[in-house]
Amino acid sequence: MVTSILQLLVAGIGTGSIYALIALGFNVVFKSTGAMNFAQGEWVVMGGMISAMLFGAFSNIGLACLVTVLIVTIVGILSERLVIWPLRRPTPLMITLVSIGLGICTRSLVMLVLGKQPVGYPGFSQAATLTWGGVSVQTQTLWIVGLTAAFLLVTHLFFERSIMGKALRAAAADREAAAIVGVRVETTVLLSFSIAAFAGALAGAIITPLTLSSYDQGAMFGFKGFSAAMLGGIGSLPGAVVGGLALGLLEAFGSFYISSDFKDAIAFAVLLLILFVRPSGFLGRADVVKV
Amino acid sequence: MALAPAKSTPLTLVAVDTRSPPAGRRPAASAPRPPSRWRLLWVWLVLLIVPFVAPNAYFVSLANMMLINVILIASLNLLMGYGGQISLGHAGFYGLGAYVSGVLSVKLGLSAWAGLPAAALLTGLAALVIGIPALRLRGLYLSMATLGWNAILVVMFNRLIDLTGGPNGLLGVKPFALGAFKLDTDVRQFPLLWLVSLLVMLAVLNLLSSRIGRALRAVATNELGADAVGIDSFRTKLFVFVLSAGMAGIAGSLYVHVNQYASPETFSVSNSILLVVMVAIGGSGFYWGPLLGALIFTAVPQLLLNYEDFELMLFGLAMIVVLIVLPSGLAGLPAALRLRLGGARQS
Amino acid sequence: MTDCLLRVEALNCNFDGVRAVADLNFDVRAGQIKAVIGPNGAGKSTLFNMIAGVTRPTSGRIWFDGARIDTLPTFRRARLGIARTFQNLQIFREMTVLENVMTGRHIHGEVGLLGTLLHSVALRGEERSATEAALELLARFELDGKAHMRAGDLGFGQMKVLELARALAGEPRLLLLDEPAAGLPQAEAEHVGEIISALNRDGVTVLLVEHNMRMVMSLSHDILVLNNGMRIAEGDAESVRRHPDVLAAYLGEPQDA
Repeated sequence: MVTSILQLLVAGIGTGSIYALIALGFNVVFKSTGAMNFAQGEWVVMGGMISAMLFGAFSNIGLACLVTVLIVTIVGILSERLVIWPLRRPTPLMITLVSIGLGICTRSLVMLVLGKQPVGYPGFSQAATLTWGGVSVQTQTLWIVGLTAAFLLVTHLFFERSIMGKALRAAAADREAAAIVGVRVETTVLLSFSIAAFAGALAGAIITPLTLSSYDQGAMFGFKGFSAAMLGGIGSLPGAVVGGLALGLLEAFGSFYISSDFKDAIAFAVLLLILFVRPSGFLGRADVVKV
Repeated sequence: MALAPAKSTPLTLVAVDTRSPPAGRRPAASAPRPPSRWRLLWVWLVLLIVPFVAPNAYFVSLANMMLINVILIASLNLLMGYGGQISLGHAGFYGLGAYVSGVLSVKLGLSAWAGLPAAALLTGLAALVIGIPALRLRGLYLSMATLGWNAILVVMFNRLIDLTGGPNGLLGVKPFALGAFKLDTDVRQFPLLWLVSLLVMLAVLNLLSSRIGRALRAVATNELGADAVGIDSFRTKLFVFVLSAGMAGIAGSLYVHVNQYASPETFSVSNSILLVVMVAIGGSGFYWGPLLGALIFTAVPQLLLNYEDFELMLFGLAMIVVLIVLPSGLAGLPAALRLRLGGARQS
Repeated sequence: MTDCLLRVEALNCNFDGVRAVADLNFDVRAGQIKAVIGPNGAGKSTLFNMIAGVTRPTSGRIWFDGARIDTLPTFRRARLGIARTFQNLQIFREMTVLENVMTGRHIHGEVGLLGTLLHSVALRGEERSATEAALELLARFELDGKAHMRAGDLGFGQMKVLELARALAGEPRLLLLDEPAAGLPQAEAEHVGEIISALNRDGVTVLLVEHNMRMVMSLSHDILVLNNGMRIAEGDAESVRRHPDVLAAYLGEPQDA
């Protein structure tokens, strides 16, 4: 009984970390543009599928994932330059709409170039599972939690300590005021897209050994990541962590105690509940969401 | 800008522009007005020719789908372009209409003629239920609520197997019938679809050029201003949301009785998103946008029959290009060109 | 004895400890033009927004023609006969000039959804009379030539006039004007003043917030002077002009009249 709870806990924290990464991607773009990025989930898929392809070439999983994350970050940069930057009126609505087109294009590109077959690769550790006190844990889950924590720490330091990070926060808080003090707002948007792509690719790369990766998973990843972001409070970076972990745990415990068929429905139900009951989520601001 | 001489009658104002229009602003031009009723009739009369010039029945079935898509895309265009709200769940309302009408036919033997209004009403009711909480949210979050709602509907379509047939779909839906005469072939179905789509487009036209239509557009563009003239913004937003869903429900009912089948895949969130793309490409907020959008939505997959993998890519690219280069979509192209040329002549 | 159309009783508005409006009482009599003036930060905008329905009072009551309105949302106040303009213009830019004014007549429409969708005879009649009324109003303001122009393409001064026309289209009894002269050169401001005068002669009660003193002094029957959220003077132009507290508020020190 206790072991199953512990296992669920570990599983929940594992998937929760992935959701936290994706939620972070959403939040960073939201903070700097006010828009919902519909390409976020597709970057997660790219992270997994390109890693699989490079693993075939390099035979070194760490290298493959690293190169993949860099590639997808470049894709994020290109996406912003080609699709967001040319917008005449980059209102949140327009950016959201254009990201819908971007998401569709990214997904079809992945489908055309990398195929429709799901792909996978082994975990980062030699041993697939670890047993400790009767609790069986996937080693990949430990990698996921560890890498996510490391990434979150780096991002936190970036936003708190570095000039670029502060500039991004300033531009997110008040575009005009930031521009007046010399922050190049277009650059912060570019930067936020790069960070979001990096986070998405990382998520995809580290989850694939557990779930496989296929071209049509983008929508689900994106949606769940968004639910996590809303749960934690859209625009709040610590909220991404809280929301992600909460959603992961809800899914893990929910699918065990209620029904595994409806596991995906949990994320939808959570989203609607949040929107209707407490749109500011755990850590967000209410004025952002309600009319 | 010249100073007009001050007049002595008390109600005139010296028409001095104290601010010159910023560079790149369009020159004074008429706002796009909905067409006249005659224009609509003419266009639809042209469409009536289709069964006579069609090379085969398959072509007619495509025309049938296009007419249903016009109704569906028009419903979303009403919501997006005139109501200013983005629904990422309209395929869900489409599906709700289809399943309500289909299930009534299969389970209760109800005639399609009764199923159609039932579908419209129930879909409208569902929109009311979801709309009341959802419309208190700001635009982006409203969209996500509709997305979540669509997803839940699809789960229900898939899981309530006894009612809906589950992932295998709903089979055995009876077609429309006039007594013993069943409208179960493409050629027989065309006139009904032609008529219903005409009536729907006519109703939309009537709505847009009316007080209620103006209230709708006012709330969409400037809620503060709408409040100031006595318009109940929330009620108006709810109204257009419910009306739009009801229209989608009508399209759904037509769909299920024409195909005599429905499956949950048709009503997925991805298709909802694709509908938004079609509205944008056709021209959001333009009267003819849905016709163009439906044409593209129906024709492109046929043209790319051997290259269906590229279909999505094409739609995605078209969406991006439209938003960057031609935000008013295809329907807005004539006006945009006119302004571009007019502007060139001025300078 | 003219009726009191608008009454403000013990009105308070606190924002996070700042008393924007403190225990204010005043009346606006039917048929008056009343101006609210005061230095920046005096609470004029807050007061205005509370009467219009945009801001909720912390406490107090507002009465319009004997009915309590401080709990009503803006659109209901509009339906009772209170129209307003905005300092930063809230016209419907994407609609035509004519449509803007016709929308102003929204509350006078009666045809419902069914009649609209079916384009009934009643609807056609209603549309026709609404269009005529709107064109007539535009003609009075010399905007009828631009009736089919996109409202957002008008010049700034014309937009202000359009908003005024839209407010009048609803045939209000009380007109709330939020800095009608703001952003206009003196000549245009004077003409706006003439328009307001003419409207008032037609029977519209006006309450305006304004910084343009010439306009206020020449136009108003009654002036309310605020400072720090409180009334410091109320009366006609002459008495206000000489009032020592008013001078002190504006100039910062006592002045000899």
